[in-house]
Amino acid sequence: MAEFAYEPEPEVRLAPGESVREISGRSPWQIAGRRLVRNRIAMGALVLFVLIVVVSFLAPVYANRIAHTDPFVSNISGTTVVDGKTVDVVQQGGGALGLGEIPIGPTWHSNYFLGADNQGRDVAARVLYGGRASLQIGIASAVICCFVALVLALIAGFFRGWLDSGLSRVMDLIWAFPVYLLAISLATVLLTTPGGLKLGFVTIDASSLWVPTLIIALVYIPYVFRPVRGQVLSVREKEYVEASISQGASNLRLMFAEILPNVVSTVIVMLPLMIATTVLTEAALSFLSIGVQAPKASWGTVIEDGQGLLYTRPWVAIAPGIMIVLTVLSLNVLGDGVRDALDPRAKVRVRE
Amino acid sequence: MTAFIIRRLIGLVLVLFAITVLVFLIFFATPGVDPSARLAGRNPSPETVAAVKHEFGLDRPLPVRYGLMMKRLFISRDLVSYGNQALEVVPAITSAAPVTFSLVFGAAVLWVFFSIAMGLFAVIFKGTIFDPLLMILALIGISMPVFWLGEVMNLITQDRLHDTFLFSWVPPLGYVPFTANPWQWFLHLIIPWITLSVLYIGFYARVLRANLLDIQNEDYVRTAKAKGLSPRAVLVKHMLRTSMITFVSLFGLDLGVLIGGGALLTEVVFGLPGVGLLTYHALLSLDLPVIMATVIYGAFFITIMSALVDIVYARLDPRIRPT
Repeated sequence: MAEFAYEPEPEVRLAPGESVREISGRSPWQIAGRRLVRNRIAMGALVLFVLIVVVSFLAPVYANRIAHTDPFVSNISGTTVVDGKTVDVVQQGGGALGLGEIPIGPTWHSNYFLGADNQGRDVAARVLYGGRASLQIGIASAVICCFVALVLALIAGFFRGWLDSGLSRVMDLIWAFPVYLLAISLATVLLTTPGGLKLGFVTIDASSLWVPTLIIALVYIPYVFRPVRGQVLSVREKEYVEASISQGASNLRLMFAEILPNVVSTVIVMLPLMIATTVLTEAALSFLSIGVQAPKASWGTVIEDGQGLLYTRPWVAIAPGIMIVLTVLSLNVLGDGVRDALDPRAKVRVRE
Repeated sequence: MTAFIIRRLIGLVLVLFAITVLVFLIFFATPGVDPSARLAGRNPSPETVAAVKHEFGLDRPLPVRYGLMMKRLFISRDLVSYGNQALEVVPAITSAAPVTFSLVFGAAVLWVFFSIAMGLFAVIFKGTIFDPLLMILALIGISMPVFWLGEVMNLITQDRLHDTFLFSWVPPLGYVPFTANPWQWFLHLIIPWITLSVLYIGFYARVLRANLLDIQNEDYVRTAKAKGLSPRAVLVKHMLRTSMITFVSLFGLDLGVLIGGGALLTEVVFGLPGVGLLTYHALLSLDLPVIMATVIYGAFFITIMSALVDIVYARLDPRIRPT
């Protein structure tokens, strides 16, 4: 038997009029990108999410040009025009005993489109501004969380030994806390620290959006750290890493050129789901009045404002909630799409 | 097995100790803050601050302060709230805990039942419109903030549709202990149960469906089909049973998280006087002793539950038993 005899490839004969189409090589990223783009549901979700982001970031335009209000200044004695009649924004004595104040309901006009809150502020404009804060916090904290967790997981998984066990124990400890309770503890302490939090040279004011951002990022680090560290540990044993070691590659080169590209897809899969989670967490913290601080608005604070008006002016609480649901839903669908595109076998779960 | 359990329990004790230290440090050793000013609540009088300083021995070194705090929390159990001097923290938690248990266990029954039903139906109807429809419903359930859903539920059942035949049975917000009136207990908790379970129904249904689809090509499933079992028997007796291993371990952890404080938002929205509501009121008045105690209680619960899950899991599935 003449095994392994080399046979020259038969020459390709082209029929007249036929042409050769070269198949170009594609990187895994390109393949994943194409898969994602073809996934219509995921693309629809992406469009929805981008739309929400764009609309929220146009909040100042809406407030100045369309609604002509300042949603951060109370306007209890103000008036607005509905159907040619001038109406008080906050009606006095509308309550049960002729006491209390009832803000105006949705006018469905440019001014006070969704009505006013207790302070006579335009709810529609506040929801848009609130979206800006919520999305900023959600996206920034998810990115910070994923980045820090990735770096820590690389260090822990690569160096192993005491560094790994130390980091892993710290992560276990954070993991052992109920997410909301840890966030609540940190927020209570930070918000009551007079003069703001001092981190080296930087002082973070208690009303800054960075307070909830950093708290939320910290709380979720173990949820990203754990799976990524496990992956680093297994990738580290692969032959190509050994090959690189035998070529005398430095630790940094091994970590960033050999291991990182093979674990970064896990983090990318987690990112949209993480943003969904952080947006929900921010809303919860702000609802509990320990997230975004007044007079700033976020979706959570607007829902809190609407709690007292629930039965008289339900739109104050409903509108921001719908925005949250749409945002989180689009991110969850997008996250599923990204996961299917990058790694159809992956079982990633991110949640509160 | 015994060695494993003992090791796990030692680990548990160490984690619990670390948790108390961490909580203590968060509340009493943050740089640049006088803990006595914060301990005393909002706008305290100078006398209160002085009293607090004396009670906690704030002039002493940190480890001594830690020891004093833990002694008052666990041994003498006379740690009092500073917003309301008459409120003892430990009894407050033990009397609030049954409310939280009632809420969480009822919701757990709902979510186990409906998520299994939803997951199974999605798999049975795979390829028809029902599967994606169910999964979209599940996704929407996951995407709703629980406190917002609770408010919408209140709006519907307490106000807008309260006077119709649909929701006229819904009692006003609040809680009736089971021992006082079981029927009223049940009525008061139905809407909170539904609200709290929606997220978990959606999540577990998705996990279960993915799990069932994952194992549908396994050898034992093929064997079960080949020996002539009906599709329903294969699905329920063979596939569902295997999927239950994941399901049960997730369930244990989530139960721990919810009892340990995850139900806080639901309790706040429905005015249920559980541990979560206690924490929330303490939060509004910045009553640090109460917040610290509830946080420690919650973390304890979660850690103990996760240790239990590990042990049960090792008992159920010999493959993962560590040597």
